[in-house]
Order: sequence, then structure tokens, then C-alpha cells
Amino acid sequence: MKADVSSSGPPLVELKGISKRYGDLLANDGIDLSIEPGEIHALLGENGAGKSTLVKILYGVIEPSAGEILWEGRPVAIGSPVEARALGLGMVFQHFSLFDEMTVAENIAVALSGEWSLATVRGRLSEISRTYGLVLDADRAVWTLSAGERQRIEIVRCLLQNPRLLILDEPTSVLTPQESEHLFVTLDKLSAEGCSILYISHKLEEVRRLCRRATILRAGRVVATIDPRASTAREIAALMVGSEVGEIRTDAPHVPQEEVLRVDHLGMPPAGLHGQALKDINLVARAGEVVGIAGVAGNGQSELFAALSGERLAERADAIAIAGRACGTAGIDARRRLAAAFVPEERLGHAAAPTHRLSENTLISHAATEVSRSGFILVSAAKRLARSIIKSFDVRTPEGDPQARKLSGGNLQKFVIGREIIRKPKLLVVDQPTWGVDAGAARLIRQALVDLAREGSAVVVVSQDLDELFEVADQMAVIHQGRLSPLKPIGEWTREAVGLEMLGVAQAQGGAHAV
Amino acid sequence: MTTFEAILLTIVTASTPLLIAALGELVTERSGVLNLGVEGMMAMGAACSFAAAVSFDSTLVGVLAGMTAGALMAALFALAVLGFAANQVGSGLALTIFGLGLSGLIGAPFVGARRDPVAPVDIPGLSDIPYIGRLFFEQDLFVYASFALTILIALYLTRTRSGLTLRSIGENHTSANALGLPVLRVRFLAILFGGACAGLAGAYLALVYTRFWSPGMTAGRGWIALALVVFAAWRPGWLLIGAYIFGAATVLQLHAQAAQFGVPSQVLSAVPYLATILALLLLSLRHGRAVGAPGSLGTPFVPDR
Repeated sequence: MKADVSSSGPPLVELKGISKRYGDLLANDGIDLSIEPGEIHALLGENGAGKSTLVKILYGVIEPSAGEILWEGRPVAIGSPVEARALGLGMVFQHFSLFDEMTVAENIAVALSGEWSLATVRGRLSEISRTYGLVLDADRAVWTLSAGERQRIEIVRCLLQNPRLLILDEPTSVLTPQESEHLFVTLDKLSAEGCSILYISHKLEEVRRLCRRATILRAGRVVATIDPRASTAREIAALMVGSEVGEIRTDAPHVPQEEVLRVDHLGMPPAGLHGQALKDINLVARAGEVVGIAGVAGNGQSELFAALSGERLAERADAIAIAGRACGTAGIDARRRLAAAFVPEERLGHAAAPTHRLSENTLISHAATEVSRSGFILVSAAKRLARSIIKSFDVRTPEGDPQARKLSGGNLQKFVIGREIIRKPKLLVVDQPTWGVDAGAARLIRQALVDLAREGSAVVVVSQDLDELFEVADQMAVIHQGRLSPLKPIGEWTREAVGLEMLGVAQAQGGAHAV
Repeated sequence: MTTFEAILLTIVTASTPLLIAALGELVTERSGVLNLGVEGMMAMGAACSFAAAVSFDSTLVGVLAGMTAGALMAALFALAVLGFAANQVGSGLALTIFGLGLSGLIGAPFVGARRDPVAPVDIPGLSDIPYIGRLFFEQDLFVYASFALTILIALYLTRTRSGLTLRSIGENHTSANALGLPVLRVRFLAILFGGACAGLAGAYLALVYTRFWSPGMTAGRGWIALALVVFAAWRPGWLLIGAYIFGAATVLQLHAQAAQFGVPSQVLSAVPYLATILALLLLSLRHGRAVGAPGSLGTPFVPDR
């Protein structure tokens, strides 16, 4: 696999032998990478492969232990993000670079070097918005915005500085297919204007759509530099993971049985000032099937999850029925006693208490069942339970019974999902089951969800990852601004149809889906 | 001067040191650092300003000495919490204990000395306004300075680039660092500013309020200042209101105790605290939405390099 390097001058940026050591861990190990002017270069790898470390080094956030960076052929030391920006680097972070309590204009102004008044920022903001179609309201506070809008702030912030190299870290994880396509058009336009782009992702299709060269990292090393158009998605995935990625097995056919969950005209006001209201939600999940709920973040998924799990109560008891029992006004423990189980989106702080040990964390959802008696914790039972979850779900732990926060995202997710599945619930509702989880763990989790359904439970999966839903779901609906589209068998959905529902276009056209 | 006017005057004098110290702490906290050493820095400011003012027979030298002492104490705190990323609560408490002790040592030779009152500065015209004229426009420079400081800090935080940087760092130091904002430098300066303000408040106590030195004369005002910052939801304007409500309640309850209403004096002593909490609570209810502390407040920042 050879990459085509077609350029006369020196590359815009060249990394030579970059290494970064944290104690015993070699996060980056002798990485070589070069980016030509105007090129869109992909950096591919699983979570933990060293992508974030590498871009933080390039952006001057952390210092490499060894290696050098050449900018247009000259060696440079990038000591801080300010120096990186002065060279012409711009970075769109995956998360963690916005200030929630401040306005859009303030968030942009604070990142710009030189004398930028809020008034000039406003002016340039509307200009950039028009040129690249990135619509933003300058005076809104960031905490009121959707994930997609937040990302726009980051992109605009970079574009205002006329970067020579733009780094994007997993930019489409929060976007609809249409929004992603919109972003790609913007990136193509920038690339045509001569701006180089380093595109970090683990989604193969979009890399194939955008890039001619891709550098693949695994365990801190470059394993290959390839032309993604000349390789199949399977080959690339194998390079990323280091072995063939198995597909989800669904041996037993989908045989829907009795109704386990029924949601009947459920409405709910928004929880906070800027929450999403739920409007007239109808949903049925039967034993033996996986029901997928697709949608862009912030369209009512977390509200729907809170309503199903009983974290927020409905006004009518019969709005939600589990196993035939009306329980809309019953709390989460009462619903668990009806053999339901729930896994929320946030692993740390919601599904698990970060500083508590795994055995103590079993109490979060098992308190009503076998690990406590008359208010006392059965310590040895809790430890036994934790051990069996760890064993059955291949949770890799640094010690026997570690604090939840010491586990990597993938391993903790395996633990919290395992904690629920091990009870063999009749109904499992899970919100974003594989968010920020590496491919291996994601596969295990998805397989476990499918297996649970095939063994006769109803599984409801709320996810922003369409690939995931197409893989595991038997039936799917799309949530948009608190309304749920009708449930249809997965075979009747196309990506385009899902995208239209996500944008609310299908609903606006009126009954386009009333087939 | 009527008794009423005299009471009002003492309210201003009681409120000013609280306001100055709390403003300094507000800036420190908006940068994301919780300094519980205000009481200690204030005590050092009082002792050093009084010692210097008596030794050089100059109020100006005294004030400068007080501010310097406060800033030096703050620098010590900054070394611990920024340099060594030490726990801020522990370091702050240690600073208070240390400051109270050291100020006793420095002030010991000056126990019994007295200073003349600081001359008020009359603003012609405005001071003739009935009732409030003499109250607000025939005061010492400290009072004017405290008002000016409130306005300047409010403008600084909302209208300047540097204020925006400071707020960003207090809100989320990880993001700020990722953007290349100088987290530690800004926090260091904010801590120094807080220390200088606490020192100035101490100087005011020793040179204007009591005009003598005695150990422990700050009498918990540093703690009140800290509480005011929280109840004022980190807003300079509300802080001004809070400081004056507290000052007024303190003075009025003293008069109420003297008038012997038959209410136990302990109850009356509690009134200023209750009144301040209540007033600022109402203010924040009216505002509609809960105002949170700066996002990174109290969390040590360790650059990831």
C-alpha cells in the first residue's frame, strides 16, 4: 500500500519520529506524517491509538518526548497553542474548548489573538456565516446551543484566523448525515482555497469521501499510510484494529413476541429552561426485538430516556406501560421491579459513581434486589456480582475491584451495560450504548444487546450512531424536536429517509411517512 | 450633624472594608481560585499599615505597606496553589492562621499607639445635597476608592479583553489552556490583586475605622467578605449591595442592643448575617435562574505537558 505523494515544494508540515511517553505508556512511538498544501489528510485509529496525543503535540498543547516538526521544510518548536496559531494552525476540538456560561461572540473573541473587539467579531462572524453557510447567533450563551451549533463555533473560530492547516477531531460525531455532507462541502471549499486539513476520524466512509491519503495509527505507531479510495473499508478496519473485525451475529431470526413496553401519547414539558419537550410519543417494543431510536443530539433523546426510566414522571400512569402494568407515575425502582433495566448516556456520574469501587457501583441498580438487605450492603455479594460482571463482559480492570473512574471508557461501558444485562431484564433501555468506546468494546456491547433480545427481552437503543442502529435494530424510529416518527422495520429505512426525519423535513411535508 | 446622620456615617465606615476585601476575592475567584486566606491577609494588611504609618507618620506609606503585605501573603498562597498545585482550601486556611499569628508579632510594639483621623475629602456641591450629601460626598478617599473599584471591576470583567480572558480561565481552565490562554499567569495576578485588596481593607480598619492596632482586630471580617462573594453570585454590583446591607445591619443591631428592646443580644447579633443572606437570596430569585460559581473554582490546574 503506497500513498501517492504528488507535490513539487516541501510539504506544509512534516512530523519526524514524534514520540510521547507517559510513565510506562508510550502514547506515540516514532510517528512520521506529512501533509501537503491543500491536502485533506486523514488520521485514522481506534480510541487510545494515540491520535489525540499526536494532534495535541502538533497544536503545542503538550510537548513531545522526542522527534521534530518541520513547517514548510524548516524545523519549528511549537511551544504553545498561541505559537501554533501564529504559524497558521487552527484546531476544532472534539470537546472541551468552549465556555458554557459565555456567549458565542465571547467564546470566539477569547480565542483570537490581537485586538478583537466584540463588535468586530460580530461583523466577521456574519460574514463567515454567509460564505460557508455556518449560521450562528452571536449573543446566545453556549450552554443553550446544540452540539452541532457548538461545533460551528469552533470552526468559525478557526476560520477567522485564516489558517493554513485546519485540524478537525471527530467532527461528524454530533452531526446528521446532511449536516455532515454540508461540512464536507465546506472542507472541500477550504481545501480548494489551499488550506490543508488534518481530518481525525474512525468513520471510514467519510474518510473515503474526503481524503486521498490516510495515516493509520495503532497503539501509538503508524501502521500504514494509504489511499483510502483504493482500499476497502474492511481492509482499513483490519489495519486499525490489528485483526479482522467480526460482524454482529444474529443467528436466530427476529420473532417479535408479546408486548413489553408501550408508550401511549406521552407528553412532557422541558426539564430546564432550554430542555426539549416531548410531544405525543407513541412506541411499542416487543420481546425478542431491538428497537432503535435515531436522532441528532438534543432532540429529546435524554428526555425520552428520563421518561422511560422514571427519572422524570409522566402525568398519566398509563402513558407508559411495562410488561402490561401502567407505570408512568412510578419511580425508577418500581420500574426495575417490573424487570426493566436502564443504562443512561453518561457513564461517569450517572451510570456509575466515579470514586466508588465497581462492587459498590453494582448497588446503583441492584439496590432493590440481591446486594442489600434491610438497608445493609451485602459486601461479599456485591463483590461476587462485580466479579461475575467483569468476567462475563470482558471488562479489563487495572486491579481486582478498582474505582469506576480508573477504567477506560470502553471498559466502564461494558461494566455498566453488563451490570444491567446480567439481571436478564425483560426490558432494557440504553442511551448511546457505544459513545466514545473503541471498536472492540463496541462490538461486544452490540452483540450483547442483540443476544439479549434474541433470548426474549425487549431492547430499546437510543443512539446518534446510524451505523450502529442499522447493525443492531429490528425496528427503528427517528426523534426530532421531541416528536417520534412511526416505528418501521429496519429494512424499510434508507439513510436518506432517516436524514430527512432527523431534519424534520419528512414531518413538515406532512404524512410522507404515513405509509 | 444629627444622630441619624452619624449612624449613617458609621454604616459607610463599617461597609467599606468588607466591600474592598470582597472585591479582591471576587476577582480571584472569577479566575477560578478560592483563597480562604482573606482574614489572614487582612490582618497582615492592618498590622503592617499601622506599623508603617506610625513609624513614618504617613497614612500613604501605611496604605502602601498594607497593600504590599497583603500581596506578599497572596504570593505565598499562589506559590502553594499554582506552583505546587496544592489544595486551595487547605492552603487558604493555613494562610489565615499564619496571617493572624504573624500580624500579632509585627503589631506587638505598636499596641497602644494611636493615629489621627484621616481627613475627609469634600466634593463641593454634591456634599450639600440634603441627607445623602454628607454621607457619600464628604468621606475619606478609601470610600470613593471602593466605589470606583466596584465600577472598574464590573467594567473590567464584562467589557475588556483581559477580563474576558480571566473569566474564561475561571470558567474552564482546560479549555482555556487548550486555546493557549496563560492560565497560571492570569491566576497569579488575580491572586495578587485579591491580596492587595485584602491588605487595603486591613489598612482601612487600622488607619480609619479604629485608628489603633490590637491583635485579632479583623474580627472575622475576612470571612464575611468571602461569604459576600458567594451570596453576591460573583457580581460586583450585587457585592456592593450586599456589603452595605451587612454594614447597615451590623450598625443598626448595635444601636438596637443599646436601646434594649428586650430581644436577647445574641439574636440581634445574628441579624446582619440573616439579613444579608435573605437580601441576596431575593436578588438572585428575581434574577430568575440560579447563578453558579465559576466552573473551575477551587480546582487545581496542572498543565498537561
